Amino acid sequence: MKYVLILLYILLPLFASAKTIEVCPTCPVSQIKVGIDLAEEGDLIIIKAGTYKEHDIKITKNNIRIKGEGRPVIDGEMVGTVFHFSGSNFTLSGLKIIHVGHSYTQDFAAVLVINAKHFEIDDMILEKVYFGFLVEKSKHGVIKNCIVSSKNKDEAGAGNGVHIWKSSDMLVTNNDLHGMRDGIYLEFVKRSKMTHNHSHGNIRYGLHFMFSNNDEYSNNTFENNGAGVAVMFSKYIKMSENTFLLNWGDSSYGLLLKEIYDAEIHDNEFIQNTIGINIEGSTRINYSNNNFRNNGWAVKVKGACYKNKFYKNNFLQNSFDISYKGQINSNEFKSNYWSEYTGYDLDKNNVGDIPYRPVKLFSYIVNETPETIVLLRSLFVDIINFSEKVTPVFTPDNLVDASPAMKPIPKRKPQ
Amino acid sequence: MLKILKYSFYDLMRSRWSYIYFLFYLALGFVLLFLFNDVSQAVITIMNIILVLTPLIGTIFGVMYYYDSREFTELLLSQPIKRRNIFLGQYIGVATSLALSLFLGLGIPFVTYGLFQSSEIWNFSLLLVTGVFLTFIFVALSYNLALSYDNKIKGFGFAILLWLFFAVIYDGLFLILLLSFSDYPIDKLALIGSSLNPIDLSRVLILLKLDISALFGYTGAVFKQFFGSSTGMISSFALLLAWVILPTWRILRKSKRKDF
Amino acid sequence: MNIKIKQLYKNFGKVEVLQGLDLEVSENGIFAVLGPNGSGKTTLIKCILGMVIPTKGDILLNGESVLNEWAYRSKIAYLPQIAQFPHNLKVQELIKMIKEIRGESQREQEIIELFKIQPFLDKKLGTLSGGTKQKINILLAFMFESELIILDEPTTGLDPVALIHLKELIQEEKRKGKTILVTTHIMKLVEEIADKIVFLLDGKIYFEGTVPQLQEQTGEKDLEHAIANILKDTYA
Repeated sequence: MKYVLILLYILLPLFASAKTIEVCPTCPVSQIKVGIDLAEEGDLIIIKAGTYKEHDIKITKNNIRIKGEGRPVIDGEMVGTVFHFSGSNFTLSGLKIIHVGHSYTQDFAAVLVINAKHFEIDDMILEKVYFGFLVEKSKHGVIKNCIVSSKNKDEAGAGNGVHIWKSSDMLVTNNDLHGMRDGIYLEFVKRSKMTHNHSHGNIRYGLHFMFSNNDEYSNNTFENNGAGVAVMFSKYIKMSENTFLLNWGDSSYGLLLKEIYDAEIHDNEFIQNTIGINIEGSTRINYSNNNFRNNGWAVKVKGACYKNKFYKNNFLQNSFDISYKGQINSNEFKSNYWSEYTGYDLDKNNVGDIPYRPVKLFSYIVNETPETIVLLRSLFVDIINFSEKVTPVFTPDNLVDASPAMKPIPKRKPQ
Repeated sequence: MLKILKYSFYDLMRSRWSYIYFLFYLALGFVLLFLFNDVSQAVITIMNIILVLTPLIGTIFGVMYYYDSREFTELLLSQPIKRRNIFLGQYIGVATSLALSLFLGLGIPFVTYGLFQSSEIWNFSLLLVTGVFLTFIFVALSYNLALSYDNKIKGFGFAILLWLFFAVIYDGLFLILLLSFSDYPIDKLALIGSSLNPIDLSRVLILLKLDISALFGYTGAVFKQFFGSSTGMISSFALLLAWVILPTWRILRKSKRKDF
Repeated sequence: MNIKIKQLYKNFGKVEVLQGLDLEVSENGIFAVLGPNGSGKTTLIKCILGMVIPTKGDILLNGESVLNEWAYRSKIAYLPQIAQFPHNLKVQELIKMIKEIRGESQREQEIIELFKIQPFLDKKLGTLSGGTKQKINILLAFMFESELIILDEPTTGLDPVALIHLKELIQEEKRKGKTILVTTHIMKLVEEIADKIVFLLDGKIYFEGTVPQLQEQTGEKDLEHAIANILKDTYA
């Protein structure tokens, strides 16, 4: 055995720069770590089916490609991080990583990437992990077609599915993330895209932005999380064609916007969330062509919001369409469709002739005194809502949709 | 008493109004299930209707039956029967026939739409149980009024006022109370206030069982803690029961001293 | 039956209807309770039946107080003034119900035939005419053997044939030794059947005696005039 290794070592440089190293339980190279050590820049390491009990596999060289065949299982034995990349231009695919160590002091991950550029992680299955993919100070990375899951119950002992910190130009696409703390967590991440991910059953958020600018997420589904998506302290975020579904619980919501500026939110579906969008201190946000269906509150505006524009959205069968705190502050509602609108359209231009007031009196009262929610769906509430609708006294006078649509706004073709 | 109950019940079950009431619920059940095609959606709409309609119909029917059968009651009074049995029998007869209309009227469409396969069966049962309670409560209350006022018009007027009070005015006063104390912790007050009115109590009991309870937020947590516990469940049904027993007791007391 | 009424008072609010009425009926026979409207006839009857609760005083039937009792009513048959029954019960069901309360009847068929009620047995009570309802009432009152029979305006709505049958029934009961109390405004009937007259005025007994006694006292041959005479004297 030893001679074979030595022989290989001597012979290797003789071949062309890229060579293939096979790792399998019965192969000469039966450990991944050994394979890595043997690899030169540009080499391909193929890991064959089998179970490998390894952790702290460090890859520092550039241009290393690691590929699993027959879905090999790497068992971290609950000790620490499993793969640790710090080189650039690597690819990783086809593996299943299980049992990543938990720690309250260190962020152990199935795959840790630090200071890497141009990497691609594809077709990975991560189970019972602490953090799934932990990416720090990296650029131009792709994470796609992965399934990350864990069975966490409480927030403190759980890690995030995809956790990216201080990075830019990342693409996270077509992944399935569940049972984590946050499905995807981004902090100080720029110019990145999250698309076609399915983030569900996570304890905290499906997707979580902190201090991240110029990012975009689209075509994702956020289902049944503690809360769907939280976007905080970020600028220039584009959110489109996502589905926020069943984020239902005492103070749950589909989308939380907190201290964000200049965002575009369009063509999303908000279905059966306690709160569709919860907005706090956000400015210059455009909401258009979204569908809000069967939510408790479709949109809850909690103050310090300026120049938010709601155009051409559909508000369908929500318990409350809008809850609004504070001044109108040049926020605008225009050309939306409201399923509770009862006005008429005499000139047949598909625009209602009388304005619609989306804030009901009861919604206003509940905002002032939350305990009054116990009167929800009582006859008295219906009566005061009706009288307020006829002659508004309490609800913000200028919070109106002056041109409500008579028919639901049709869904736009995917762009 | 059972004899009176039986014949009052026979009489009412054959009355046109019982049929109309029954058919109304039957149609409502089928239409809602047809529209929503979803038992849980239908449950919440039916809740709204039950909470308004059963007290109203119970009140009106109670008063109407009392005034309508006054002469017959006199005939019965001249027979060797205890007074209390006559009134108890009539009251239970009216309430039972109304409750049965509700029960069958809504039960039939839901069962045919596969209620037993649905997870909503408990919510639906709770809905029916509170509907039956409300019927008994409001028939008893209206019987009280009718016993107190020989003048039909007065009796009717007060009965409608009674319904209006519990269905609407109470909530208005309750809301004012909540708003005027909004600077204090008032979730206990909210809890007590909604327990004292049988309509509110029924509404809260049902809402807490439905998904929509998430809208209750923090207040809901207090409510859930209370109503979710067995003590809360037992005490709320005890309250509903008290709303049946106290007016019934007053019917007996009142009828004992009344001249016909 | 022995009826003894002691110092009976009844007021409805401020209106004093009975003001210390004393009456004793010890022999059997037919007693006509007469008096102007509001004199307390119906109230007296309802007190005996336990439908009106007296303010003061006592009522003894066969020596036992009946206030707040109920079982004694099985000895009384009552024919009320206005007949109203549950609309949706059938005649037969009503009869069955009363039988369930009072026990089996010996004379049901006989009276049904007498008043020709047969065709109505399967009809709902709400569909019957006033006269037919009164016949049903008569049936319910006479189908049981009762020591005391109380008839409150029994002739209301009856056709002449039925009226004749009713009188026969009353006479027959008298022969059997029953006590019969009748209130009526029809003096011919009183003259025809009453053994004794009890005349109420302002909640007290104004006159108690036979028809000839009354005629003698007032000096009027005609009963109607005799009554009018009393009223004229008191209200003049």
